[in-house]
Amino acid sequence: MFGKIPLAWLQLSFQKTRLLTAIAGITFAAVLMFMQFGFQEALFSTTTTIHKSIRGDLFLISTQSENLFSSRQFSRRILYQTLNNQNIGSASPIYIGILPWKNPWTNKERAIFIMGFEPNSTLLEIKGIKENFGNVTTEDTVLFDTLSRPEFGDVEANFKKGERVRAEVNKRKVEVRGFFELGASFAADGNLITTDLNFQRLFNRKLGQIDFGVLSLVDGANLEVVKAEIEKTLPKDVRVLTKDEFVQFERAYWEGATAIGFVFNFGAILGLVVGVIITYQVLYTDVVNHLPEYATLKAMGYTNGYLTRVVLEESIILSLLGFVPALITALALYALASAGSGLPIEMTAGRGILVFVLTVVMCFVSGLLAMRKLKQADPADIF
Amino acid sequence: MTDESIVKIENLNFAFGEGNLRKQILFDVSLQIERGEIVIMTGPSGGGKTTLLTLIGALRSAQEGSISVLGKELLGAGEREMVGVRRYIGYIFQAHNLLKSITARQNVMMSLELHDQFSPVEASEKAAAMLKAVGLEEHLDKIPDKLSGGQKQRVAIARALAAHPKLILADEPTAALDSKSGRNVVDILQKLAREQGSSILLVTHDNRILDIADRIVSMEDGRLSEEKISNGK
Repeated sequence: MFGKIPLAWLQLSFQKTRLLTAIAGITFAAVLMFMQFGFQEALFSTTTTIHKSIRGDLFLISTQSENLFSSRQFSRRILYQTLNNQNIGSASPIYIGILPWKNPWTNKERAIFIMGFEPNSTLLEIKGIKENFGNVTTEDTVLFDTLSRPEFGDVEANFKKGERVRAEVNKRKVEVRGFFELGASFAADGNLITTDLNFQRLFNRKLGQIDFGVLSLVDGANLEVVKAEIEKTLPKDVRVLTKDEFVQFERAYWEGATAIGFVFNFGAILGLVVGVIITYQVLYTDVVNHLPEYATLKAMGYTNGYLTRVVLEESIILSLLGFVPALITALALYALASAGSGLPIEMTAGRGILVFVLTVVMCFVSGLLAMRKLKQADPADIF
Repeated sequence: MTDESIVKIENLNFAFGEGNLRKQILFDVSLQIERGEIVIMTGPSGGGKTTLLTLIGALRSAQEGSISVLGKELLGAGEREMVGVRRYIGYIFQAHNLLKSITARQNVMMSLELHDQFSPVEASEKAAAMLKAVGLEEHLDKIPDKLSGGQKQRVAIARALAAHPKLILADEPTAALDSKSGRNVVDILQKLAREQGSSILLVTHDNRILDIADRIVSMEDGRLSEEKISNGK
C-alpha cells in the first residue's frame, strides 16, 4: 500500500452495483450525444457530398433554389453568356431531378436522385465515374450508386453475375451500365448519373433549362474578381457562388431552414441532462450516506477543500469510466448505422473530444451540485 | 506549569440562538487540563457537556470568555486556525464513525495523512503498529463491517491516537458497547494515553470506568464543578 489513500475511488467502488448503474447511466448519456452529433454531422456532410465532388470554380444557381434537391431551372443561355468573359475557361450545365425507380425484383417504387452531365464531362470527382461514364452515352443507360439504400435492389451483385440489369424509371426502361460510389443522404436514398440526353428522355425536359451551371476559370484568373464580373452580367434570378459558398449554401439550408439541426442539438442536450441527473443522484446519495463520516473527517482536521476534492474526483472518475464504454459503443453503433442506412457516420477526433469534454463537464456540474450537501457535514453535530 | 496547560478555559459562556430564542448553555465555565492528565466529565444529559467538548475540539466558535487549547486562543479564531488545532486533537466518538469503504489500517492512516511528516509508507507502518497496540494486528485489512463493535471502537482509538495528539477528546466512547468490551476499550485508551503522555477529556455516564480518571468534573445546567472522588489508584 503506497501513496495517499485514494478515497474518492474507494468510496465509489465500495458499492459495486451502484457504481455500475452510475457508469451505465453516464455511458448512455454519452452514447446519446455521440449519436445525435454523429447523425447531425452525417446529414450535413452527405447533403454536400455532391457539391464537394464537382470540379469547378464558380457555380450558377437560380436565386429561387433552396437546395440541390429542390432546384429551380434557368436558361442555359445565361450559362453560355459567361463564356464572353476571357477568364472563364469552360461552362457546363448540370441537370438534376428526382424520379421513381421501380425495383426490378420487387417492383416496388422508390424515389431516386438523378443527375445529368454532358457526355465528355469531367466535372465529377466521384469514385467510378471516370471509368464508367463513357458507358452511358447510348440511349437509356445509367450509372447506379452502389451505396444507394438496399430498397432499390441488389443491382451490383446481379450486374456482376453478368446479368443485364434493367429497371423502370418514370415508366421508362433504363439499363445500368456501371457504378459509382456517392452514398445516400437524408434527401436522397439512392443516386443515378447519366448523360444530359438520357436525362432529357427520362424527365421529358428541354435541355435549354438547366439546374446548375459550373464554370472553371483559366489559369491565373482571380476568383473574386471574375466572380464580381460575372455577377454584373447575370439576370436578377440567377446568382453566382464560389465552391465554398455553394457548399455553405446547401449546408445553411439544412441547418437553418429545417428543424433538423435543432432536433439533433436538442437530443444531445437531453443526453447531457439525463447524464447530469444520474450523476447527481449517485454523488448526492454518496454524500448523504457518508455525511457522518465526512463530518468526522472535518473534526479530525480535514478541510472543506479536501472533501470537495473527493467529490469532484469521484465525478471525474465517473466521467472517465462512463466515457470509455460510450466511445466503444458509439463506434459500434456508427458502423451499424453506416451499414444500415448508407449514411457515412464517422467518429472524428473533434467529436470524440467534444463528447468527452461534455461528459466531464456533465459529471463536474453534478459534483458541484452534490457538494452543496457537503456543507451540512457539520462536525459539531456528530458528538 | 500552568503555561503548559493543554486546555485552559476561563469564564466561558455559550448560548445557542439569538434574541428571544437565545438559550444559554454554558455559564461561567472554567477548566484546566494539564499535560498527561485524564479528566472525566459526568453529568446529566443536556447539561452542556457535549457543547463544551465541541468548543474545546475547535468544532464550534467560542463566544465569550477565554478558551485556550494547546496554547491557541480559540475565542475569535478563524476557520483556518480552528482546522489547524483539530489536527492536534484525537477524537473518539460514541459511534465509531469509521469510513466504511476503507480498511482498518486505511482508517488509521487517514489521521496520519493530515501530517506531512509521515511518508505514505511510514503512515502505513505506523497505522499497523497502532492497530497492533489496540490488539487488532490480525484485522489490519478488514473493512469496518467485518469487525465487532468493540473492535471498531478500538480502531477509532487507534485512529485518534496514531498521530500522537497531546489532547484526546472522547464522548461516551463506551456507550454503544457491552460492559466487557467497554472496559477493554477504556483500558487500552488509558494505557496508550499514558505511554504517549496525552491528556484525555472523557465524557461518560458509565460509572464503571470512572477509576481511570485523575480527576472528575461534573457538568450540570451549564455549570462545571469539581467532584471530590477517591479514585482507584
